[in-house]
Amino acid sequence: MKELTLSQAVNEALVEEMERDPRVFLIGEDIGLHGGAFAVTKGIFQRFGPERVRNTPISEAAIAGAAVGAALVGARPVAELMYTDFITIAMDQVVNQGAKVKYMFGGKARVPMVLRMPFGAGRANAGQHSQSLEAWLCHVPGLKVVMPSTPADAKGLLKSAIREDNLIIFLENKHLYSQKGPVPEGEYTIPLGAAEIKRAGGDVTVVATGRQVTIALGAAEKLSKEGIDAEVLDPRTLWPLDREAIIASVKKTGRLVTVHEAVKRFGFGAEVAAIVAESEAFDYLDAPIRRVAGAEVPVPFSKFLEDLFLPDEQKIIAACKAVLA
Amino acid sequence: MKTAGAPDRRIYETMVSIRSFETKLQELSRKGVLRGSVHFCIGQEAVAAGVCAALSPGDYITSTHRGHGHAIAKGARMDLMIAELLGKATGYCKGKGGSMHIADLDLGHLGANGIVGGGIPIAAGAALGIRQLGLQNVVAAFFGDGAANQGVFHETLNLAALWKLPVVFVCENNQFGMTTPLSEASSQPDLAKRAIAYDMPGTRVDGMDAREVFRVTSDAVGRARAGKGPSLLVMDTYRFEGHYIGDPVVYRTREEVEDWKAKDPILRLRKQMVGEGLATEAELDGIHGEIARKLDEGVAFAQSSPDPDPSELFTDVYSE
Ligand SMILES: Cc1ncc(C[n+]2csc(CCOP(=O)(O)OP(=O)(O)O)c2C)c(N)n1
Repeated sequence: MKELTLSQAVNEALVEEMERDPRVFLIGEDIGLHGGAFAVTKGIFQRFGPERVRNTPISEAAIAGAAVGAALVGARPVAELMYTDFITIAMDQVVNQGAKVKYMFGGKARVPMVLRMPFGAGRANAGQHSQSLEAWLCHVPGLKVVMPSTPADAKGLLKSAIREDNLIIFLENKHLYSQKGPVPEGEYTIPLGAAEIKRAGGDVTVVATGRQVTIALGAAEKLSKEGIDAEVLDPRTLWPLDREAIIASVKKTGRLVTVHEAVKRFGFGAEVAAIVAESEAFDYLDAPIRRVAGAEVPVPFSKFLEDLFLPDEQKIIAACKAVLA
Repeated sequence: MKTAGAPDRRIYETMVSIRSFETKLQELSRKGVLRGSVHFCIGQEAVAAGVCAALSPGDYITSTHRGHGHAIAKGARMDLMIAELLGKATGYCKGKGGSMHIADLDLGHLGANGIVGGGIPIAAGAALGIRQLGLQNVVAAFFGDGAANQGVFHETLNLAALWKLPVVFVCENNQFGMTTPLSEASSQPDLAKRAIAYDMPGTRVDGMDAREVFRVTSDAVGRARAGKGPSLLVMDTYRFEGHYIGDPVVYRTREEVEDWKAKDPILRLRKQMVGEGLATEAELDGIHGEIARKLDEGVAFAQSSPDPDPSELFTDVYSE
C-alpha cells in the first residue's frame, strides 16, 4: 500500500488508463498546463501532450457534446467540468443525447465516456459553485453515477468507469481531494455496482455517500463510546446501486439512516429508503427511517449559514439516536 | 449626435474607489478574514467606470464573477459590499451570496454571476422586459472574453439583434479566461468581428482609456435607446492580479504584466486631467483620502456587524 490523496489517485487512474489505451483522452477547461481548477490533472498535459489533453474554451455544452460525439465513433473521452454546477449548461448533451442514443438507436450506439465533476459545499463558494446534483443524474436511465469516498475507491472505480462502454458520471467531493488514504500498489479495478461496508456494526445501518462517509465514520466512532454500534455502508456507485448490500445490512441492524450533502427532498436517501421499504428488509425495521441531508435551500455563502446547511457528525449522531430511541 | 466630454472627475473617483476597495480586500485576505472565491478587477477599472458613467440612473447592468468594479461603478455602497464579503447579516445579500452574487436591484444592478456567460441572456431579457413595459431604459451586459465562447453569447446576440433590443454587450477582454489565453480559446482573436455574424456594430476599444470607454459606450447607449438595436463593444484590458487570490499565475510573463501596468487607467486619466488643467494633483489626492476614509469606516461597519440569524437559512427561497 502507498498513501495518496484522492486527487493523486484520480490522476494515477487517468495516467494508467491513458497509457493502456491510446483511445483515451482528456477534455476540459484549463486542464492542460494548469491541471484544472483543482490541479487534479496536473502533469498529464506535460506527459501526453495537447492532443491527448484537450484544453477547451469555456463551453460546457460543447465539451459534453464533443465527448459524446467522440465516444460514438470509438474514442474514449474523459471530460471534466470545473464544478458540478456547470452541468446545467451541458445537460442536453448528457441527458437527451449521451444517455439515450443507445436505446433510441435500438442498441446500435455505444457511448464510452466519463464525465468527471467536483461537487459539494463547505468552501464558501455560495449557490452556483457548491451544489450536489447527483439525484438529477441518477434519475436518468442510461447514465451510471459514481461517487467515491476514498483515494483507493476513486482510483479503482475511475479505471472501471473508463473501461465501460457507457456514459459514466464521476462525482468527486472537493473536500476529499486533499485527503490521504492507502492505495494498493499495482493494477486493480473496482467494479461499478458494489457497495462496501466501511465499518461493520449491528445496531443501525448508516448509508452515506462521498465526503459524508468520512463524517459518518467519525459519528460512528463517537456513538461506539456510548455503546451504539453503527454500520457505515458506502454504495460507492449510486447507480447501478448495490441493493442487496443495503437490504442485507438493514436486515441485520433493523434500523436505517441515510446521509448525503444534496438537499433531502427527492434525494438519493429517498431512493435508498424506498428500496428498503419495498424489500423484505421492511419487516425487519424497528423504527422509522431517518434521512440526514443538506437543508432545502440554495447553498448559502456565509460560513455560519453554510455550516447549518451541511450535514455533520452531530446531525448523524442525533439521527442514529432517534432511530434507536 | 455628438457626445459630451467624459465626466472625468466622476470616472476618476469611481476608478480609485474600485482600486482602493480591492486593495483593502487584499489586506483583509492577508489577515485571513476573507473566505470563498474572490476575483479582482484591478487594472480593468476604466471599463466599469467608463461604461457606467455612460448609463443613466434607471438603466441596468448585468455583471460577472469579477464584479466588484461594476457594482461600485453603478453606485453600490462599499460598506454593504464588504459586509457581504464577510458573510454578515448587514451585507448586500444578507451574507447569502458573497463576492460572486452582489446585486442591488434598486440601482439597476441585476447581479454579479458565478456562471461564466450567465448574465448575457439576462441582460437581453431585461432589455426585452423594458420593451414590453414600454420603458426607455438601456441595459449593459458585462462579460469576459472567455464568456464569449459560451453558447448563450451567440444565442443572445442573435436574439437581441433580431429584436433590436436596447442592450450594449460589453466584453472585457482581459486576454485570459482563467489560465487560457484568448488565442487558444477563440478561432477569431478579434472578438469584435463576431458582431458581423449578427449584423450589429462591433467595436474594439482601448479599455485602459476611460475617456475612450465612455465615448464609445455613450454612442452605443444612444443607439440602443433610440431603438436601433444592440452593439458589441470589446474592451481590451488586463487584470493586474491573478485570476483568484493565490493564483500562481504561471500562464503569463512578468514582462507582459509590467507592459500592461504601464497603461494603468487611473494614472492615465490623472495625467490627462492634470495636464489639461482640469484638476490639480492635490485635488485628486483629496479624492484618494476621502475614499480611504470611507473604506475604513466600511470595514469597521462590516466587522462589527452580526452573523446572519440561523432562521435566515430558510428565508428567501420563495416569494410570499
Ligand atoms: C459556466 C462556467 N464555467 C466555468 C467557470 C469557471 N471559471 C470561473 S471564471 C473563469 C474564467 C472566465 O474568463 P472570462 O470570461 O474571460 O472572465 P475573466 O475571469 O477573465 O474576468 C472560469 C473558467 C464558471 N464559473 N462558470
